Amino acid sequence: MKKITVIVIATLALLGSLLLAAPAKKMIQVKGSDTMVNLVQILAEEYMGKTPGAAIAVLGGGSGTGITGLINQTCDIADSSRDWKPKEIDQAWEKGVTPRFFIIAVDGLSIVVNEKNPIEKLTMAQVGALYRGEIKGWRTLGPYDKAVSLYGRQSNSGTYTFMQEFVLGNKNFSMDTKEMNGNAQIIESILQDEGAVGYVGVGYLYDQTGKIRKGLKVLNISKTPDGEAYAPTDKAAIDSGKYPISRPLFQATNGKPNAEIARFLAWETGPEGQAIVEREGFFAISPAHKAQNDKNFK
Amino acid sequence: MKKRKWTNLKESAIRAFFLTCGILAVLVLVGIFVTLLYTAVPAFKEIHLSEFLLKKNWDPTSPEKAEYGILSMIVSTLMVTGGALLLAVPIGIGVAAYLSDVAHWRVREIVKPVVEILAGIPSVVVGFLGIVLFGPAIAKIFHIGNGLNAVNGSVLLAIMSLPTIISISEDSLNAVPQAYGEASLALGASRWQTLFRVKIPAALSGIIAACMLGMGRAIGETMTVLMATGNARAFPHGFLSSVRTMTANVAIELGEVPYYTTHYYALFAIGLVLFVMTFLVNLVADVILRKYQEREQ
Repeated sequence: MKKITVIVIATLALLGSLLLAAPAKKMIQVKGSDTMVNLVQILAEEYMGKTPGAAIAVLGGGSGTGITGLINQTCDIADSSRDWKPKEIDQAWEKGVTPRFFIIAVDGLSIVVNEKNPIEKLTMAQVGALYRGEIKGWRTLGPYDKAVSLYGRQSNSGTYTFMQEFVLGNKNFSMDTKEMNGNAQIIESILQDEGAVGYVGVGYLYDQTGKIRKGLKVLNISKTPDGEAYAPTDKAAIDSGKYPISRPLFQATNGKPNAEIARFLAWETGPEGQAIVEREGFFAISPAHKAQNDKNFK
Repeated sequence: MKKRKWTNLKESAIRAFFLTCGILAVLVLVGIFVTLLYTAVPAFKEIHLSEFLLKKNWDPTSPEKAEYGILSMIVSTLMVTGGALLLAVPIGIGVAAYLSDVAHWRVREIVKPVVEILAGIPSVVVGFLGIVLFGPAIAKIFHIGNGLNAVNGSVLLAIMSLPTIISISEDSLNAVPQAYGEASLALGASRWQTLFRVKIPAALSGIIAACMLGMGRAIGETMTVLMATGNARAFPHGFLSSVRTMTANVAIELGEVPYYTTHYYALFAIGLVLFVMTFLVNLVADVILRKYQEREQ
């Protein structure tokens, strides 16, 4: 009986101390895009290393999750790899949340296949047809006798929505698409599956040493059948807009960011942050993006 | 006298405490059911019940036309659960029979706790094994591109439902009166015959209940199947196609769904269907178990 009393008291004390300790430090909560989570995590770590007293927690979960988080005010910054839908902005306004957007990096959405696949390039229309389920075998596209095995993301992913909008022409994904938990899981599956095709953020193509992952092939994509095809790793093609599926990566705040958050955002979009963005395989923002960001800081 | 009064007071306080605990358990169940029902019913203002249960396509965020058919998911759930039982029931009964009748007591002392530890492995860990171990193995065995399919899910769920099946089956085998076995042996039956013709039939209702409880565990499991079955929404063509179970679908979509929309209510409706399914399974298990206990008395 005594023992039980001791255990109960100890548990209560532990719970109590947890409850008291929790709000002691005000953390900036960042949530959202799985494409951005690694990048933002590294940015946050470097920033915290340089800025005493800064505390930032970064979570993934998908763009949709981050946006819902900002609307429900469970996070301070929402990462998203797609534009907010008008419906989401309406919802935010209804709840008194006024999102402001900052572009922190540019991504070349990469179409990847297993290295055994001999195909080197595809047109936008072909990628769309693949994911709408209209092309069942690789034979249709080149000398390769394998069935197409589609890998994609789940519907809470910004990349899913982006693909649907810009590559599939607002049509349904094939129901046979295997929906994975994140970019990393897509890559792992493609390394094993010889008939695979997947889409991932450009930052996920590289291994620790900065080379393209072994066993992976990144396809060149062209806008039209007779147009030239470009790789998502080609900085010039991304900057000039010749690579057809590049997209800005956003962070959204509720209203004008407070001093702490603004300092982090400014550092991310400044030279130090942008150097890290490039090191991680993504691309630095353009002067136009910068001008847009500056407006939202005020 | 004073002491007696104090004891009485203590007695009734303890009684009240346990009564509250009991009522609380019932209240929680009723509360969950009512909440589920309350949140699921608005879905049927826009979706016809027959469309919901009998249509194959689920695509609520489609830019073309939102579709809310969960038949593929129901079939997927049943396939993965059925596959799991197909693997787990023979193995589970075998292990239970071995533990209760064949094994040396020292072996039993080791195997029993191991089985119980198996029950405590978190489902993410099992799912992880599915991705890195079983997936590639299944792809190699069946000569297919990937191992993210119903077979993988079945294997993993079999592993997760084994502890339940083993421990309850073993208990019911042990509950068979000693005299049955002795009588059988005395009539000249071998140990094998005694086990299979006398003991297992005598413990059958307990074993069936064990399997039903194992099934309940498998139907409701989420994380493992979410990680290992590929989550394709297509109607499954067979055990080697990628499937999406009802649980996985709710887990994937509930995080991002705008609140109080048809999609949101529909996810709760899936939860309700799942609840009814597991409730029925548990109810049947309970009825069988009760019958078995009555016969024992």
